[in-house]
Amino acid sequence: MNTPAGNGRRPYMRSMQGWWRRNTFYVEYMIHEATALFVAAYAVVLLVGLVRLSQGQAAWNAWLAALRSPGSVVFHVLVLAAISYHAWTWFQIMPRTLPPVMLKGKRLSAAAITRSGLAAAAIVTLMVFFLVRGLWA
Amino acid sequence: MARPEMQQDTEMPDSGKTIVMDVLRYRPEQDDRPVLQSYEVPFSDDMSVLQGLQYIKDYLDGSLSFRWSCRMAICGSCGMMINGRPQLACKTFLRDIYPEHVRVEALAHFPIERDLVIVMDDFIEKLESIKPYIIEKQPRPLAEGEYLQTPAERDLYEQFSSCINCMLCYAACPQYGLNPKFLGPGIIALLHRYNLDSRDAGAEQRKPLVNSEDGVYNCTAVGFCSEVCPKLVDPANAVNVNKMEAAKDYFLRLVRPRGGGK
Repeated sequence: MNTPAGNGRRPYMRSMQGWWRRNTFYVEYMIHEATALFVAAYAVVLLVGLVRLSQGQAAWNAWLAALRSPGSVVFHVLVLAAISYHAWTWFQIMPRTLPPVMLKGKRLSAAAITRSGLAAAAIVTLMVFFLVRGLWA
Repeated sequence: MARPEMQQDTEMPDSGKTIVMDVLRYRPEQDDRPVLQSYEVPFSDDMSVLQGLQYIKDYLDGSLSFRWSCRMAICGSCGMMINGRPQLACKTFLRDIYPEHVRVEALAHFPIERDLVIVMDDFIEKLESIKPYIIEKQPRPLAEGEYLQTPAERDLYEQFSSCINCMLCYAACPQYGLNPKFLGPGIIALLHRYNLDSRDAGAEQRKPLVNSEDGVYNCTAVGFCSEVCPKLVDPANAVNVNKMEAAKDYFLRLVRPRGGGK
């Protein structure tokens, strides 16, 4: 700051400590960012599955059995909740990240972009769900 | 003749209602750090927070400092934290806060010069740095007349040209608070406005700022800047669209032929 000595100026800088607790918008943002860790955690689960698959049938079956344990089921429910929240809030911010989407000469509204993102995510989720169930049967 | 007997900006409201305004004071010559001071302010339903502050200055405490000018949300001078949220004091009404207290503080993330007045040098320097004017493709003699622009070309940038430099978006941006070198939402929105203008050819000159360490990638998409913008500029959109441009530029230069053998 250009503050020549002796002119009486003494600009005061406030601390940023605890900034994310200052309003609900920041708190929600931090929860959104934190739930990304659950996305990463689930990627690790799938990677472990891939490694176990490469180790042969016994290893693979052991991994499947581990997934069915009560602890694992609780973990999956937790991850599902966290990733759902992440997806929901991610699509809320999506309109802010896109250049104007023009449809028949009119700009697509933010709400329409969020809705189509959520719909696409829901459709893909259901498709994967039924595909995997089909492979199992 | 306008009220020759009145020196004040406000008149005494006679609704009988009062509201408590807790104002963050900082007088560098006597305060080590900012302190809250409470005032009981009579108010009527048509009074803004700015008018409340003017009442304090006129009738209760003439030492209170704050910036204001137009009283109608176009000059961008009276941005402050009102109950923790960056808002224009002229566009926020006491009746919407009553019977709660109104807590008024200087805009967050900026140094406080005195009371509700912030030091805005950093913002002004950044504003200058982006060359916020039309940079023509080549010098154009007056005889060629004005530039022509279609409504569609104008629509591209109009939203971003509504910025009134009120700095509410900077007070909303924790990334700016944590790293004041970040170019920030409002300035990037304005930069984007000129880049999008069909008459402008300055995008290349502005690119180093966008792509720099303290450019668009400092943004983590909190998005609060766009929430608080009183002019619906959506600075978060300008910042994030430019992230895509910066990334494209970074990767394309690896495959693009260089300078045609010059």
